[in-house]
Amino acid sequence: MTSPLEQKKIKIAGPSIVTANRTWDGAVIYRTPRQNWSADLADAAIVRSSDDARALLAESAADDLGAVGAYIAPVEIGEGGKVEPGNLREQIRRSGVTIGLNVNVGLPVQV
Amino acid sequence: MYAYDEIDRTLVNERVAEFRDQVKRRLSGELSEDEFKMLRLQNGVYLQLHAYMFRVAIPYGTLSSKQLRRLAHVARRYDRGYGHFTTRQNIQFNWIKLAELPDALADLAEVGIHSMQTSGNNTRNVTSDQWAGVAPGEIEDPRIWSEILRQYTTLHPEFSFLPRKFKFAITASAHDRAAIKIHDIGLRLHKNEAGETGFEVMVGGGLGRTPFIGKTIKPFVHGRDLLSYVEAIMRVYNQYGRRDNIYKARIKILVHELGVEKFAQEVEEEWQQTRDGALKLDEEVVEDIRSRFYYPAYEKLPHMPDELRKAAQDPKFEAWRTNSVFPHKAQGYAIVTISLKPVGGPPGDATADQMDALADLADKYSFGEIRVGHEQNLALPHVARRDLPALWKALDKLGLATPNVNLISDIIACPGLDYCSLANARSIPIAQELTRRFANHDVANLIGRLHINISGCINACGHHHVGHIGILGVEKNGEEVYQITIGGRADEQAELGTLIGPAVKFDEVADVIEDVVEAYLALRSRPDELFVDTVKRLGVEPFRERVYATR
Amino acid sequence: MPLVKGGKIIPDQFVHVADGAELPAEGSVLVSAARFLEDPEVLFARSGKVGVVWPNSRDVDDLVPYLDRLGSVALVFPTFRDGRAYSQARLLRERYLYRGELRATGQVLRDQFVFMLRAGFDTFEVKKQADAEAFAQTVKRYSVFYQPTGDGRITALHRRMQLRHSESAGL
Repeated sequence: MTSPLEQKKIKIAGPSIVTANRTWDGAVIYRTPRQNWSADLADAAIVRSSDDARALLAESAADDLGAVGAYIAPVEIGEGGKVEPGNLREQIRRSGVTIGLNVNVGLPVQV
Repeated sequence: MYAYDEIDRTLVNERVAEFRDQVKRRLSGELSEDEFKMLRLQNGVYLQLHAYMFRVAIPYGTLSSKQLRRLAHVARRYDRGYGHFTTRQNIQFNWIKLAELPDALADLAEVGIHSMQTSGNNTRNVTSDQWAGVAPGEIEDPRIWSEILRQYTTLHPEFSFLPRKFKFAITASAHDRAAIKIHDIGLRLHKNEAGETGFEVMVGGGLGRTPFIGKTIKPFVHGRDLLSYVEAIMRVYNQYGRRDNIYKARIKILVHELGVEKFAQEVEEEWQQTRDGALKLDEEVVEDIRSRFYYPAYEKLPHMPDELRKAAQDPKFEAWRTNSVFPHKAQGYAIVTISLKPVGGPPGDATADQMDALADLADKYSFGEIRVGHEQNLALPHVARRDLPALWKALDKLGLATPNVNLISDIIACPGLDYCSLANARSIPIAQELTRRFANHDVANLIGRLHINISGCINACGHHHVGHIGILGVEKNGEEVYQITIGGRADEQAELGTLIGPAVKFDEVADVIEDVVEAYLALRSRPDELFVDTVKRLGVEPFRERVYATR
Repeated sequence: MPLVKGGKIIPDQFVHVADGAELPAEGSVLVSAARFLEDPEVLFARSGKVGVVWPNSRDVDDLVPYLDRLGSVALVFPTFRDGRAYSQARLLRERYLYRGELRATGQVLRDQFVFMLRAGFDTFEVKKQADAEAFAQTVKRYSVFYQPTGDGRITALHRRMQLRHSESAGL
């Protein structure tokens, strides 16, 4: 989970999405295939090549009014095509803080 | 504490009006994020993982009960019912909506609270000793000078777009509770032979990617020259600090690259041109600021009142009293530290209900004043010793009486990957588990004074470099792993810690810390040799051997 | 790009001349520091005024000998976040007592107008039309200033002194 703020070259290692925060309230949002944003990860457009990722990010970043700080994040595609966050950072962004969980239950972290 | 007058209030209100306009223009699209980002940072508004984070200034860590209640109100009305006290004596709210921020700021402005320059490449909160004004043996109240500096640095037209952030800290006691040596400018207040107040000026301290301990560039700057001298430092920095690389942009890098002597010389040359100018402080102006700090009318009270003698029978009370209560300069009074490090809790957090209740207790027992320490605890600075038993009962009910101040479970931790978009690893769960492992107070007291500092990334907001035990979370192959250092200190003997071995996984950190502590207990020369002194005496090797023997 | 001076949008009497481009026959010109220092007298010999665009990475010392003959000094904000020109401006105004036109160029935006005025700028090449039109309104945002700069505005500290004195004088 090296902070994606340090992303310089865009190279993806697997299926990825674009995520950001909603400008007016900071809520976590995901870029959909319909040139808009959704708060539901299930609606996210999935890209599978670095070129597609770059294009999606550029298209997302152009919406300076609706979203702030867009970046590319990994996902995992589970059974039946269910989209899950691809690392701990994105899990935390979707589900909230982990404080209060038993610390011995380490969350799986695969990128 | 400092009383705002019409002039101070006007400035804060003007600032709120300006920010309201800026938010409006951002939400209408008139301002792009690129143009807006630095403006919102200058009002303490960050973007974090889940939401915006709002950092509110608590100048030199001093709050009135009215102000604390208003912080509770903001937590309830605009956030999720709690706030987090930081390592720079500020408070952070983690779920703020940008659109509601101007209203939150207006609510805060009514009680003289603001968020100016709590972020951005400008001068930040001037922090000080949380015992300022009440500590025995203090030379004079450093907050007078913190306030003078606060005003001088607020919306300074020349220094609002520095190469990078700039942090001041001031101490006026032999024991440095303000960690001045890890600040961009650290000021040690003292008197010269003629009995005049002045400052030893240290520059270039700081942690992060390239930690440095601050270096003295002038042993004595007279009080009247403080602002002109600071202006000289800032002007040199503004002009020559690096702007090509954000990781090399702090003043510590400039001092390091020029060398201390050359840097000091540049400052001196600049200062000679300005020292007799408009920034020279006359006695009248200093007195005016001093006169607006209100000090309680202490009664003449006994050191051992009956209430205290009776309560000493209660072992639970005694455990708290011997841990959390500290001597006061006025006889019959005490400084009470309020631990925000409950077992299993996130360090430094307080709920809105706790804040309100604490405000009431401050009114009843502390002349309406509360302090915030950089170790993420609070303090009540003016408690009559006869009130200690009653105060303790109330604090205990609120969960604010954990007797672990300065002990191993009194952990300083940054928000980490649970909140912060800069983080690589979580820090709070590590802290929580450690408080559970060391929950037994007898064990904690046996171990003695031991500061653990945890940071979730190299930016070191948890000050891990200067922890007696420092824990730095990093990411390796998608996993959270932690580097452990020992032997750091943040006080007048400030020093950076040393790595004891390879990084360990999330699940193992608490075990490793237990091993480090076990090693210390075996190696210490006497029960009262502090952990950090044992490390100094023996070095890191004996610890490394024991901890990594089976790993 | 609108020019603001005296709180209003006015036509610019200066023309920026790129290095290597020919100087116009008449009129006031703004040239780069490099071009100016190459041969200042040739520029001063012209009928129009001479202005210099001074880079923010260079000390103003080399410009000081010419200050009393210059019609404009233009300082640069490559981005609004690069604040070096604020120091340059204050040095020119307060240390070297420059009284001519001091111009802000580069990414000059509404939310820095007050800082720029306080630092000593009196002329602004404003990036956005809307910002230029809002100039007069924007500079009224603040009435309290904590620290002294060369702009002559009384500081909060000294305003308090005044109030105190007038109180004790029974006014």
